[in-house]
Amino acid sequence: MSTRLVSFVLGLLAAVLALVAAFAITSLVLIIAGDPVGEVWGEILTFPEQRNLANIINNATVLYLSGLAVAVAFKMNLFNIGVDGQYRIAAFVAAVVAGEAWLPGYLNTALAILAAVLVGAAWAGIAGLLRATRGVSEVISTIMLNFISTSVVAYFLRKAAVREQGSNTLGTKEIPEGSRIPSFSIGDGPGTEIYGFIFIAVAAGFAYWFVLNKTRFGFNLRATGQSTTAAVASGISVKRMTIGAMLISGGVAGLVGLPILFGDSYSYGSTFQSGLGFAGIAIALLGRNHPIGIALGALLFAFLDEQSNPLQILVGVSPDIVAITQGVIVLTVVISYEIVRRFGVRLEQQQVAKADRPVDEPKEVTA
Amino acid sequence: MSNPVPEVPAVRLQGIGKRFPGVIANDNINIDVMRGTIHAIVGENGAGKSTLMKILYGVQRPDSGTIEVDGTQVSMGSPADAIKSGVGMVFQHFQLADNLTVLENVVLGAEKLHGIGGRARQRIVEISDSYSLGVEPDELVEDLGVGARQRVEILKVLYRGARTIILDEPTAVLVPQEVDELFGNLRGLKDEGLAVIFISHKLDEVLSVADEITVIRRGTTVTTVTDPSSVTARDLAELMVGSELPKASSEASTVTDEVLLSVQSLSLPGSGARPLLDDLSFDIHRGEILGIAGVEGNGQAELVEAIMGMRERATGSIRLIDTDLSTASTRQRRESGIGYIPEDRHRHGLLLDSPLWENRVLGHQGRPPSVKHGIVDKRAARQDTLRIIDEYDVRTPGPGVLARALSGGNQQKLIVGREMSGDPILLIAAHPTRGVDVGAQAAIWNHIKTARREGLAVLLISADLDELIGLSDRIEVILRGRFVGSFDPSDVTPQQLGSAMTGAGASA
Repeated sequence: MSTRLVSFVLGLLAAVLALVAAFAITSLVLIIAGDPVGEVWGEILTFPEQRNLANIINNATVLYLSGLAVAVAFKMNLFNIGVDGQYRIAAFVAAVVAGEAWLPGYLNTALAILAAVLVGAAWAGIAGLLRATRGVSEVISTIMLNFISTSVVAYFLRKAAVREQGSNTLGTKEIPEGSRIPSFSIGDGPGTEIYGFIFIAVAAGFAYWFVLNKTRFGFNLRATGQSTTAAVASGISVKRMTIGAMLISGGVAGLVGLPILFGDSYSYGSTFQSGLGFAGIAIALLGRNHPIGIALGALLFAFLDEQSNPLQILVGVSPDIVAITQGVIVLTVVISYEIVRRFGVRLEQQQVAKADRPVDEPKEVTA
Repeated sequence: MSNPVPEVPAVRLQGIGKRFPGVIANDNINIDVMRGTIHAIVGENGAGKSTLMKILYGVQRPDSGTIEVDGTQVSMGSPADAIKSGVGMVFQHFQLADNLTVLENVVLGAEKLHGIGGRARQRIVEISDSYSLGVEPDELVEDLGVGARQRVEILKVLYRGARTIILDEPTAVLVPQEVDELFGNLRGLKDEGLAVIFISHKLDEVLSVADEITVIRRGTTVTTVTDPSSVTARDLAELMVGSELPKASSEASTVTDEVLLSVQSLSLPGSGARPLLDDLSFDIHRGEILGIAGVEGNGQAELVEAIMGMRERATGSIRLIDTDLSTASTRQRRESGIGYIPEDRHRHGLLLDSPLWENRVLGHQGRPPSVKHGIVDKRAARQDTLRIIDEYDVRTPGPGVLARALSGGNQQKLIVGREMSGDPILLIAAHPTRGVDVGAQAAIWNHIKTARREGLAVLLISADLDELIGLSDRIEVILRGRFVGSFDPSDVTPQQLGSAMTGAGASA
């Protein structure tokens, strides 16, 4: 139907609007700082080489999972700030399980992934449980759980760690080769490999779409997110949905660190990448909690990160400038989506008004 | 302006129009309010009274028409502008901070006028004395009764220099004695040369206090009565609805002796000593409409929510035919055959930002046609939404538009249609026609009557006594969480119900 097309075009327009505004503001910052605006954008907006492309895709895979995890909670109006803590503790446990290799080959991999999902879910579930039973804001509890998970991981890392010879870094036992997830190459030469985990990420995106839009559980989740009062009146148990949404969000968060673990680092060490959970919040916002939107958002963030790397060397500007862009995008996105949403509602109301009038008018005459 | 001639009205509204998408809220409204009078504006729920008052108080801008205050045309973009022009408003829901004193509440936001200390206190005492409001500046608002709070609200408006005071349904929350006191105060204001605009749909009160009455129907002024003694409440009511008053018991009774809903000693503890619901027992039979009458806040909402399983602390037994629902969840109750038209459709009835077909699914997540085997069947849900749109005359371009886009009446018709699908045994209708236009109201009444004919049990809660009398087979009056009187609608007047509702009929 044409209304669908209109809403699609509007959505696209909102994203473009937000990006243009964010680029403009970043440019303003560059101008104020006296940096070469043209050169910076010229560098960032070149087409990436194969090696960079692979990095972008790999990074985006990780960010995508993080965005999905946040989006599940967003759909229920819950703000899971704790994805960061959830994925780190989950990746740690997965690394330990996979490193111990109780099972052979890919069975070991599957067990480790399962363990990661369960641990992530459990960690987020604490916040869900507190919210449902005691009314504790999940924002506060997940922030606190982030700190706790940092300490818990650091503590257990010491117990589980093996020190590599001649190195100061601590890490879990390496995952045996038979349990690693193979990468595939998109070009020739080294560094053009893509994590095999990308397929699991795509599957997670599809599952997200299916569960939320097609199942009764998803309907209940979205309904509760839109209006708790209407959900209660329709017979939805809000407590159960709160806990359920946090469990799923945490479960997906448990996957976030795994592409790196199974495709690159093969062990969890003190240098394991952190901060991915916070990027997920921005990406979920940017992607409007839509599985494809989140993918585009993840690619954009990964693209900006990757392309900004050589800025320091080539044009003498700190790559942190893209962090400003990313931050600004989050703000402009929220604003432009709201503008477009209001515009859409007005458009629709006009259509409804048209449908209402012709039948209504003759009645008034008789009254 | 400095010396208003008596002929110049305090407020003159000319040709005021305001459209919302799909609804004409106001259309060519013309009202003159003279100084030293109480001018009542009456109309049904949804007739456009509140929109008109919002326009006059600067909350909304009119699309057309002019507002004159004391002969000068004004443009009000915000309540601050209205206050500057000397127009003040007392809202139905008080805007007072309980934990502050009267003085603090009065000066809040008007600190520039007389400061926040001794001068302000003195001014409050002055106003209170000259209009005999009996307001003590240092009392805590939380210690005051409803009537006293209302007087604080009036004083707040006077303190800000209002010469024209609008009161929106001021008696809705008052008991009869307080109403008398309020009317005394209003007459005092009038004698001091103020103009009072009094919005109500309680016709007897209007007749007893107003000097002039303007009737609004479907967003437009029908007439202004300059001599209230020349009209009766019935005349006004007919002007309000356009001589389409529902006829009481115009249909043969369909009540059978088969009990469908049986509620035994239903109680709900409140936060204080007094329970919200106090040992209520009643049966509703097949084909029977039980009406519940009461002043708002006497337990009607709690009764409905207790039956729906939305109140965890409720005790007592609820049986629907053979099913014991006393401990069942809301979902189980719905699936056992309870349809529920909630009091507040925006909060409890709809997902405003979802399409109509998803709203069709809401509350029916466990049942076909919308959901099968845990999977939402979009096609079937859309199909069934089309059926509802057609059968219940929901005016919309299609099932894909967002619920928010529909007018109140159409939203309500959609809800009625939804709740009537899935073969309910019991229909709970809480204020089913509140805030909907007359056309939708008549349609909804018809649907409720049809439901009754088809053998449903209906629990009807309404603040509109004519609606209750016109539809119910039996009326129970609820007061402070208890049933205080049972009436036969065929020989009860709104007056009798009214006095039972306020406890005037019961021995103290």
